[in-house]
Amino acid sequence: MNLASTSTATNNVVEVKEVCLDFHTKDGVVKALSNVDLSINAGEFVSFIGPSGCGKTTLMRVLADLEKPTSGSVLVNGMSPTEARKQRAYGYVFQAPALLPWRTVQDNVLLPLEIMGYSKDQRQKLAQEYLQLVSLSGFEAKYPWQLSGGMQQRVSIARALSVEPQLLFMDEPFGALDEITRDHLNDQLLRLWQQTKKTVVFVTHSIPEAVFLSSRIVVMSPRPGRIIDVIDCNLPADRTLDIRESPEFLAIAQRVRAGLAAGHNYDD
Amino acid sequence: MTTSIGRKPSATIPVLTVVLAIIMIWYAGAINLNSPQIIDRYEKKGVDWSFTQLATDSWNMKRAVLPSPHQILAELKTTIIDKNVTSKRSLVFHAGITLSSTLLGFVLGAGLGISLAVGIVYVETLDKSLMPWIITSQTIPILALAPMVIVVFGAMGISGLLPKALISMYLCFFPVAVGTVKGLRSPQPMLVDLLNTYSASKWQVFWRLRLPSAVPFLFASLKVAIALSLVGAIVAELPTGGQAGLGARLLSGSYYGQTNLIWASLIVAAVMSASLVSILGIIERKVCYRLAGGQEISNEL
Repeated sequence: MNLASTSTATNNVVEVKEVCLDFHTKDGVVKALSNVDLSINAGEFVSFIGPSGCGKTTLMRVLADLEKPTSGSVLVNGMSPTEARKQRAYGYVFQAPALLPWRTVQDNVLLPLEIMGYSKDQRQKLAQEYLQLVSLSGFEAKYPWQLSGGMQQRVSIARALSVEPQLLFMDEPFGALDEITRDHLNDQLLRLWQQTKKTVVFVTHSIPEAVFLSSRIVVMSPRPGRIIDVIDCNLPADRTLDIRESPEFLAIAQRVRAGLAAGHNYDD
Repeated sequence: MTTSIGRKPSATIPVLTVVLAIIMIWYAGAINLNSPQIIDRYEKKGVDWSFTQLATDSWNMKRAVLPSPHQILAELKTTIIDKNVTSKRSLVFHAGITLSSTLLGFVLGAGLGISLAVGIVYVETLDKSLMPWIITSQTIPILALAPMVIVVFGAMGISGLLPKALISMYLCFFPVAVGTVKGLRSPQPMLVDLLNTYSASKWQVFWRLRLPSAVPFLFASLKVAIALSLVGAIVAELPTGGQAGLGARLLSGSYYGQTNLIWASLIVAAVMSASLVSILGIIERKVCYRLAGGQEISNEL
């Protein structure tokens, strides 16, 4: 890393250049990512959308240093993803809640705080604060199995937020939830993003979810995984779920759908 | 030997039926195995005999080929209740000796097994180099190894508990090592990724994720190991020439044709083994209940 790249990266939280990633499987090489270029500014809410196998999760895992790209350069906060991970620059919410069954809700939220060596008082304070933020006060002493799927996922969001990262990676966090719970959590997440001004990178395969939440939508396509369209999405900040009926919402959704259809090869 | 860890009341009747069937087969077997000698005796004396006579005599024969259950019970009563615990003829005394070496061997074996597993999971070269040796070690028959170990230690002036415990350890560590390796590798990749996003150290991952995830696997192995440990202790007592321990009682029983003693010792060994496994089962249920966050889990033996 040189000084020049640091200074140019002041506003770019994420800077991806010509990234390729090949998986070597028994059936040959799978091009999970092919020549991906992307930059994400501070405070943006960027969604990756695309069909299964388009590399959207892989791209996010590359940013989080959970996968290594085959070629290309990636900067997160002006650092390599490994350095960013070592500095605990981001929070990551997985597809499943990934809670430890032997820990209570409170203790699950405390996990990253313990690992990162926060003082006992701070740990308690932060856990309380973020459990309250996801409306789970009063459930501290419950165990994960005593909660519904939606509540479990909210615990995992509180856990990711508790260390107060400026960057949040969310990998289809609501994918396994029912429509009503998902709507509710989408609404909560939007408020949360507006309140905290965090940078959020969000993976989804739901068009309405992407359009509702995002300030920018990255449309991806499989075989090889690549970006085929980037759509700005500047819906009013005070939007509610009702906006999904509005013409401007439908226009953006239509463009996302067209992008997905263009990138999709139905011969597969 | 049937062991019932019956908690559900519905299990009682089937278990009792099986026990009853075994007892009936046993009595029938006693007639079958003991009657040739009895008939020989009848013919020498030239007495008339009926089947009832034959059955009664087969079931009460001294030094029977197969003693009947009530004879074994009588032997158990004399050797456990009637004899003073310090007596060399008390099975409690001998069981105590076997138990101490079983437990020491189990602790040593479990310790070795867990240490090896941690090494294998955390050090890649150990994974490649150690596992073949661990497997090879188990292909050596313990019956061939036990006398050598006892003799070698005896020559070095070490006898008694330690050499026997080492044989138990040798049998014990294998299931523990294999089970623990599997357990330590059992966490979902997602949970490992999660801790990686926190940039957690290896030991933080070990204590907070790998070890708790390994506990159910560990208990399954420990239950196998403690039963093997008892086998090891008994095998180790055989070459000592029948001094002390259940193995020694088995040996002297077969020297002097005291089949009652052999069976009584076997039953004490089996009850001891079943109790040890059950105790571990109870601890397992308590610990796993806590690890599941108090969720009721079915965890049959």
